[in-house]
Amino acid sequence: MSILVGRETRLLVQGITGREGEFHARAMQAYGTQIVAGMTPGKGGQRALDGSVPVFDTVAAAVRETGANASCIFVPAGGAPDAVLEAVASGIGTIFCITEGIPALDMVPVVEAVRLAGARLVGPNCPGATSPGRAKVGIIPGSVHREGDVGVVSRSGTLTYEAVQAMTDAGIGQSTCVGIGGDPIIGTTFLDVLRLFADDPETRALVLIGEIGGAAEEEAAAWAAEHLADIPKAAFIAGRTAPEGKRMGHAGAIISGGSGTAASKVAALEAAGFRVAGSPTEIPGLLRAAGYRR
Amino acid sequence: MKIQEADAKGLLLAQGLPVPGWTVARTAGEARSAAESILAAGADRVVIKAQVLVGGRGKAGGVKLAGSADEAEAVASAILGMSIKGITVRKVLVAAAADIVKEFYLSAVLDRAARRILLMGSAEGGVEIEQVAAERPDAIVTVHAHPHLGLADWQARDLAFRMGLGGQLKAAVAIAKGLVRTMHAYDADLVEINPLAIVREPGEGTIVEKLVCLDAKVTLDDSALPRHPELEALRDPDEEDPADALARAAGLTFIRLDGSIGCMVNGAGLAMTTMDLVKRAGGEPANFLDIGGGAKADRVAAAMGLILADPKVKAILVNIFGGITRGDEVARGLIEARAQQVRDVPMVVRIVGTNAAEAAELLRAARFVTAATLDEAAAKAVAAAASPGSGA
Repeated sequence: MSILVGRETRLLVQGITGREGEFHARAMQAYGTQIVAGMTPGKGGQRALDGSVPVFDTVAAAVRETGANASCIFVPAGGAPDAVLEAVASGIGTIFCITEGIPALDMVPVVEAVRLAGARLVGPNCPGATSPGRAKVGIIPGSVHREGDVGVVSRSGTLTYEAVQAMTDAGIGQSTCVGIGGDPIIGTTFLDVLRLFADDPETRALVLIGEIGGAAEEEAAAWAAEHLADIPKAAFIAGRTAPEGKRMGHAGAIISGGSGTAASKVAALEAAGFRVAGSPTEIPGLLRAAGYRR
Repeated sequence: MKIQEADAKGLLLAQGLPVPGWTVARTAGEARSAAESILAAGADRVVIKAQVLVGGRGKAGGVKLAGSADEAEAVASAILGMSIKGITVRKVLVAAAADIVKEFYLSAVLDRAARRILLMGSAEGGVEIEQVAAERPDAIVTVHAHPHLGLADWQARDLAFRMGLGGQLKAAVAIAKGLVRTMHAYDADLVEINPLAIVREPGEGTIVEKLVCLDAKVTLDDSALPRHPELEALRDPDEEDPADALARAAGLTFIRLDGSIGCMVNGAGLAMTTMDLVKRAGGEPANFLDIGGGAKADRVAAAMGLILADPKVKAILVNIFGGITRGDEVARGLIEARAQQVRDVPMVVRIVGTNAAEAAELLRAARFVTAATLDEAAAKAVAAAASPGSGA
């Protein structure tokens, strides 16, 4: 098994006729993801990805005609919140929003609508999720992965690729890798993903990749200490050397008044039984030191 | 984006909040004439406040009272040109000194964990709220605005009563709702009034007490600035590193730091990690630089220009994990940038991921120093910075 994405995923790509949407939809399809529909208002009736995927004007039509059950959004920031709302209203259960640069206050009513509908939103400003050997949704390069049983959850994009590549190079495969996104308002938190991993019988170890700012890593660590006590866990926190009060690109990565510092996160993770790496390349060794055998 | 107090007050005023008048002066003479008018209008004293984007102005001596035009000129003259946390004061705000009965704190802030707007109030105003939060958390009262319905009147009333503002209920409710309105109107992620104060003002033949915003701090969501072009004018060029403006124009995220190793990375998390590993290898990063996703040769060249403009830079570490970004594009940009480079700074390049093989070929032909892993790249860059000339 895996979480969030898998062989059962029937993916709709919102914004499939755009440059980014088309490029990444192609890569997802090449990886083996079932892309059943595309959606671009006004382009219904066309076919995308060399004729292999029908394009619809509305999400509702795409769901009705193809049974799409997940969506990946590549719509520009101005329209992305609306794209999420349309997916929710059309009964899509799992929505990945890759778009970056969405104003934070635009997402406040959207995440509430997602919550009320009982749907799941990952992102925005996230790289998506891959269940190696099954399916990938989003923009994580398929080449970094290897099939396995370690669950990976991260706030960032390229740092995740770095850490996952290090695992793959060391022969450690992944059940699912999830990038939750670096924006201040996101649909799925570290804790939400840990809950999903805890219920996945095929996930037998855990890697958490966090960043300075906020308290989401601390919250997740506390939960893991109680509910994921007996599996090997490793972590990495970026931003140990970031100066206070400066915003390091990710809107979330700002520290002030001592809360959300790398030190507080490392301490919380270590107290919860995570082995915390000083470099992403140390993660495989720490997993093994924590008892991971494979 | 942070904006000055005077500009923040302007935004609050435009949203109908009670903000006493003020004037911005750039010279001691301007401050004097502003003080003259304010005193002539009946004020006993004026307050002169340094306009800088850093906190702790009062402690640094950047906020002073004056009882006459002469005194106002002298005080302004002392404050203008003063350095507060490394920022030179170029403007002061001049306003009538308020007759304060009691100070409060009230702010609206984006609560990331709750994914809602949080209103935070305290009867302990005029002091740093972080200090109140650390020492007496019970003195802070909070309420979340509903994500669809906003802040209801009853919530604002409840907040006001809990803050001890029952005697100024209508004004307090209007201000609390006004803060939420201000958040939405300008896409702010923080609107803070400290102090919110009950002040005595001469009314019709008597003295009246009013609730007013004596200070204002607003930070704007950078992601929303494209739809508020008028707010771009509030960016303070006096306090912006010229490199920041260049970086913004080139689509780069750049933050200057104090070290000697320039870093060029794609992705914010990886950029922070690269800095961390430079430090771990015994060096100090000169900057945070995220070239973003899908960077082409021209953006790479612009990034290199920014790094090299810093004379402290003794070595450059390029770390690219290609996903959307193509390694060969970055390699071409680096080769182009080095050809135009005026200063001979050793460079260590690590490119993995999409088109990494093509990148490696280009870099080998151009005789760049390369590294396979991030740890190796950091170690090589630190060594190169320590012994200039031996690197590349």
